[in-house]
Formats: sequence, C-alpha cells, structure tokens
Amino acid sequence: MKSLTKWIADGTPWVWLNAAAVSASILLVVGLLLLIGVRGMGHFWPLAVQEIVYTEADGNETVIAGQVREEEKVTAQRLRESGLEVAKDTEFVTRYLLKTGNRDVTGQDFRWILEPAIKSTGKPHSMVVFEREEWGVFIGMLIGVREAGQLLENADTWGDFQRLLDHANGVRDEIRDLEKSRIGSVNYRLERLRLKQRGLEFKGKDAAASLAKIESDRALLQTEYDELEQELGEFYSELRRDAVVVSTVDGQELELPMSSIVDAYQPNQMGLVEKIGHFFHNVWKFIADDPREANTEGGIFPAIFGTVLMVLLMSVFVTPLGVVAAVYLKEYARQGLFTRFIRIAVNNLAGVPSIVYGVFGLGFFVYTLGGGLDRLFFPEALPAPTFGTGGLFWASLTMALLTLPVVIVSTEEGLSRIPRSIREGSLALGATQWETLWRTVLPMASPGIMTGLILAVARAAGEVAPLMLVGVVKLAPALPLDGNAPFLHLDRKFMTLGFHIYDVGFQSPNVEAARPLVYATALLLVVVIVLLNLVAIQVRNRLSEKYRGLES
Amino acid sequence: MTQQNKLQTERGVQTRPPHPTAVTVTDLDLFYGETRALQEINMVIPEKQVTAFIGPSGCGKSTLLRCFNRLNDLIDICRIEGEILLNGRDIYADNVDVAELRREVGIVFQKPNPFPKSIYENVAYGLRIQGVNKRRELDETVEWALKGAALWDEVKNRLNDSAFGLSGGQQQRLVIARAIAVQPKCILLDEPCSALDPISTLKVEELIAELKSRYTIIMVTHNMQQAARVSDYTAFMYMGELIEFGGTDQVFTKPRLKKTEDYITGRYG
Repeated sequence: MKSLTKWIADGTPWVWLNAAAVSASILLVVGLLLLIGVRGMGHFWPLAVQEIVYTEADGNETVIAGQVREEEKVTAQRLRESGLEVAKDTEFVTRYLLKTGNRDVTGQDFRWILEPAIKSTGKPHSMVVFEREEWGVFIGMLIGVREAGQLLENADTWGDFQRLLDHANGVRDEIRDLEKSRIGSVNYRLERLRLKQRGLEFKGKDAAASLAKIESDRALLQTEYDELEQELGEFYSELRRDAVVVSTVDGQELELPMSSIVDAYQPNQMGLVEKIGHFFHNVWKFIADDPREANTEGGIFPAIFGTVLMVLLMSVFVTPLGVVAAVYLKEYARQGLFTRFIRIAVNNLAGVPSIVYGVFGLGFFVYTLGGGLDRLFFPEALPAPTFGTGGLFWASLTMALLTLPVVIVSTEEGLSRIPRSIREGSLALGATQWETLWRTVLPMASPGIMTGLILAVARAAGEVAPLMLVGVVKLAPALPLDGNAPFLHLDRKFMTLGFHIYDVGFQSPNVEAARPLVYATALLLVVVIVLLNLVAIQVRNRLSEKYRGLES
Repeated sequence: MTQQNKLQTERGVQTRPPHPTAVTVTDLDLFYGETRALQEINMVIPEKQVTAFIGPSGCGKSTLLRCFNRLNDLIDICRIEGEILLNGRDIYADNVDVAELRREVGIVFQKPNPFPKSIYENVAYGLRIQGVNKRRELDETVEWALKGAALWDEVKNRLNDSAFGLSGGQQQRLVIARAIAVQPKCILLDEPCSALDPISTLKVEELIAELKSRYTIIMVTHNMQQAARVSDYTAFMYMGELIEFGGTDQVFTKPRLKKTEDYITGRYG
C-alpha cells in the first residue's frame, strides 16, 4: 500500500501517461503517412497481369485478365443476398478487385471476382498493358504492328512497337509544343488585337488609320496561324500513320491507332529492377504530366504548379501587410483597451472558418473590386470578365487575408522577444524609433516573421473550400505563368492539389480508377508542403543563427 | 517640499565644483504614474570629470541618469517636472531634437548590449544613422573609436566577425567605442562593470580614467570602492533624494551627513 502511494507521489504514472500520449501522437502521424504513402505509391507499381479462368454466375467459363488491385473478405450471407451462389458450408469468401481495363470493349474496367469461382490462374509473358489517351488502359496481347498501313513481318514485334511508340511520342511532343506555345501565342496576340480594336471603338478613337493597322496585323497573324495550322495537320496525320493490332485475352482482335497509346509495358516479363525503374518512371510522369480523362489518368503537374505559385504570391502579399500591422500594434500604438480589442479581433480572425473567407473573397474581391477593375480598365473585354471572375490574384489575396492573423501574431511575438536593451542601445546612439526598427529590431524579429510565414504557407497550401469560390478549377486550360507577355497572368484560373484531391475523389466519373490517385495526390500535397516548409525553416534557421545573441 | 527635504537637497549642492559646469539640474521631480521616484533634485555636474552616483538599490540613481538623455521618455507613464540644463540648454524644452540630444549624451548599460552585427558595424551604427556612408570616413572613425575604447589591438584582425563572439568585457568596451564614435559631449555609464569579471572591470576603469580628459562622465555604481577609485565627484542618493554631493575624497573621508556615513561604512544599504 505504501509503495503504491509512493509510486503515485513519485509521478511515475504521470510520466507513463505523458509518454503514452506522445507515442499515440507519433503513431498517428506515422500511420497516416504510411497509409497514404503505401496506397498512393502502390498506384505506380507495375502489377502483374493475371490470366484467370473464371466460372461466371451462369455457369459458363470465361477467360479474363487483369491486375489485382484489392483483396477482401466478405460474408457469404451478403453474397447470397445479392443473388450469387455460394457453397452452403462457407461463411467467408475472399474476393478480388480486378483491373481489367478495356473499357471500350467490355464497358467497364474494374470488376470483383470471387475466389471459389476461379478455376485457374496464370501469368503469361505475352500480356501487355497499354496506357491510352482515352478509355483507360488496354490489357491484352500484342499481335502485330502496322507502319503506314503496312503490317510488319518482323519477328521482333515488341521491338517494332517500341520504335513506333517512341516515334509517336516524339510527334506528340512536337504537337504539344506547337499547340501550347506557338499557336497559343498567336491566339493570345489575336485576342489582344481584338481587345485593342474594341477598346478603340469604345473610346471613339477608331480612326481609319489605326483600324487599318490592326487589320494588317491581324492578317499577318492569320497567315502565321494558317501556317502553324498546316504544320499541325501534318503532325497529326503522321501521328495517325501507325497502328497496333492487339487482342483481348478471350481472343477478340482489334486495332488501336498509335496516336491513342501513351505508354506500354509487359509486367509479367519484368524483373524487380525493371519494375522499380518503371515505378520511378510512373512517379515522374505523375509529377510532370498534365491530367487526362477527367483527371483520372495522367499527371498533376498543373495542380502542383498552381499550388506553389499561389502560395508564393500569397507570401508576397501577406508578409509586408502582417509585419507592418504587427509593428504598428506593438511598437507605435499606445497600449491600452483599443489595442487589446484589436488583438482579440485578430486572434478571432484566425478562428473564422475558411469558407467564410472564400465567401468574402468572392463577394468583395471578385465581384466588387474585380468588377470595378473590369469597368475601369478592361471595358473592351466586357461582358466577358477579366478580373471580375475568380483567378490567381484573388485567390492569393483571399489566402493572404486568411493567413494574416497568423503572421501578425508571430511577428508580434518575435518583436516582444527582442530585449529592451537593444532598442535602448540604438536609441541612445541617436537613432529615431523608425531607424531603430528598420536597422535593428526588424532584422532581429525576422525569425519570428518566418515562423508566421511557415504556418501561413502550410495552411494556405492545404486549403480547399475558399479556393473553390475564388478561382480554382478542376481543369485549367493554361498555366498562369507562360511565355506570353506579361508572363504572369494573375487573372487566370488555376488548379491546386487540395481541390484536385476533392475533385478526383468525389467528382470523378470513374471511382475505382480515381481512388489510388486520391492517395497519391494527398501524398504529393504533403510532400509539397513539407518542401515549402523545409525551405522556409532553412531560411529561418539561418536568420536565427545570424541574430543568435538574443538568448544571451 | 517639506522643510527638511529642502534643507537636505540644498546641502547636496553646497559644494559647487571648481570646474566648468556641464549639467545643471534644478528642482527635478520624476513620477512613475502616481509614484514619485525622484524628489527635488538639485545638482551641478562638472565638465570633463567623473561623477559617480551611489546609493542603495531603488534609490533612483539610474532613473536620474536616464533623465540626462531622455531615455525615460520611452516609458509611457513617466512624467518629469523641473529643469535640466546641458551646456546651458534646457534638454526638456519643446524644440529639442531628442535624437540629436542622445547623440550628444551617450549611454552604456549594465549588461553589454551589442547589436547582432559585426564588430565594425556596431561601431559604425551611429555614424550610419547620421548618414555617413563613405568607407574611408567610416574606417577612420571606427579605428579611432576602438582605439579610444582600448579595444583596437584585440579586434583589429576580426572586425567583420560577429560582436557576440567577444567576451563580456570586450563587449562592454565595444559598446563604449560605439558610444564615443558619434563624438558625444557626455557619456553616461549605468553600472558598467557589474556584469564583468575583475580583470575586465579593471580595464574598463582604466578606460574611464582615460576618457575623462575628453568627455564628461556620469556613472552609476553599486561598488563603493569603484566610486572611490574612479570618480572625482560623488553623489549619494537615498529614496529618490540627493543626500550629499561633493568631491569624492571629501564624501568618503569626511561625509557631512550621518546618512552618508552610515551608508559608506556599510551600516545599511
């Protein structure tokens, strides 16, 4: 009894309790990362294609091929209720989710199969997975290759196919380059010209001379456009030149144009090293490519780009504003009831739900400010809005507003950590309060400012709801940063990772195909935020190293 | 105020120093909110001499010191009545440029407070504030100030290193160099040696003795031996009042008042 009271008085239970809390937190974080890591990364692993002889519900035997994506145990009762026949004495049945692909042939690309109905499985080497521009993947055998309509009589069909695929991919790159940068640029200039003309008409300055100038410019651009169009046409016909003959596992033959195939691999022939190589190849494509097929295939590069750009712009807006506000509150304002009130207001602002900021951004920034800007500066484009609709600028401003309290609070904290003696030392040398602030106090408070910025970045990069109202879309036609002057297009709509997750996960037409993408995108979002934070933390550490005398 | 107070403060200025006057304090009262921290201070501080303020903790000697360069202005609730003349000019007059005044009256605090910059930039700080940006002028002044603070030989090879790399004593001399770089007329020292080891203290004391040929020095100290060693004049303060003021020898050997004698001999404090 005595030892128990001693044990309690010792504080031992408390130590255990605290340790347990810490371990629980660590487990949660690690578990979370592990879950999205495994599920997300699994998407990129080249799974083997199983050829399965399967007894369908009606007793017929069919051959199906696909990659096993999931495995689960369900009660036999549930299956019986849904009308499937299951042997009497079984209680649990294992079922597999098979990615069969071939949506254009069978109408579905995923199906569940029951273990008892599987007669035999195998992994034939000839199985190929084709990634396509549309209709998802095709899983089947490669029969032959048609180069310019001619079936090649070569023994090495796979080699021929690889060669033609490389050729097609080269052409595709050319086409993308042509469409995105050169034709895009001509279109952009044509649009500018149209706006210029409208602007002149608007102001009543549409003198014949300037109109003629515009007309001649337009004619010039039009010829340039026609030339590019022709070049594009040639590329397209070259892309359509070749085709592959394939067959599904149950012997249905069909021809796929080379232009529809993005990539292909033979998972059953791959060794571990090849698989790892293919894995990283897939990861890279996911990071660097544009999305395809309503975001369920392809990469997420525009979303990464949009997130990072928005966060950077937001930092540019929020840092000066937050710092100036904090400096006034802490250094200049007379401390009293009023400053206390402001501080409470700022702290409460941090607790306002983010969607409210979104509504404010839409109502004030987009409609009021944006609408006003459009009437003042872009009347020629009306009724099509320029800044009167959501876009990068308003989204960044809304995020800046959302994270302003964080920056103000941590800057104030940074300011109050600076010892009085430093300020007095500066003032005693004849510096004014402003000079003291600018030369000594603010540099010393910069680690605090960086802390605020780190928190702000982490919050803004993960935000979804308010962004939906002020400029984020599921598919943006162009990046907000490109080669056309003025290069940074603040009025453009853009994509972000957070919204992409929501879109892929909940708005997708193909739930099964999208699910691993949700995890992969979530993992990437975490990685992006961690990277942004690491950069900021590095900067902060450097600053605190520089001004480390604070503690002494 | 009361008869007795008046009497004592008058006694305080009894011995008018036989030197030109640097600072004249007349009927100075200082309030923190409702609390009266300094009462009816009257004193005349001689030019180019070392004047020490001694007295028990909380007697107002630092507060008085900080009146001379208006550092008390930074405290919102602080209010001052009376007059302080620096070289005949009222430093609390409306038309005084406080920054200008502080350039004329430098201050060194108890704990060294170098800025988080290089040694060079610490000394050049006051000059840069004044808009001096010519490299040669800065170089010359920095060297002169560091020599003046007896620090040059120790740091001349690492002027661009952080000032935090210096020892406490070196930092304190750096702060003194920083103060004299702007060429003040008067230097205030607020317990400059209380955070230093004996050797550094000795160096700073030697420095003070050298500096007094060029500057009026007013220092606050807890250490009575130090006051006796370094200063020419000593003012003894108690509970916000100036009790006795006179030549250091006279105050320490033949104090006129019982209170002073009790404090100096360690009977209270």
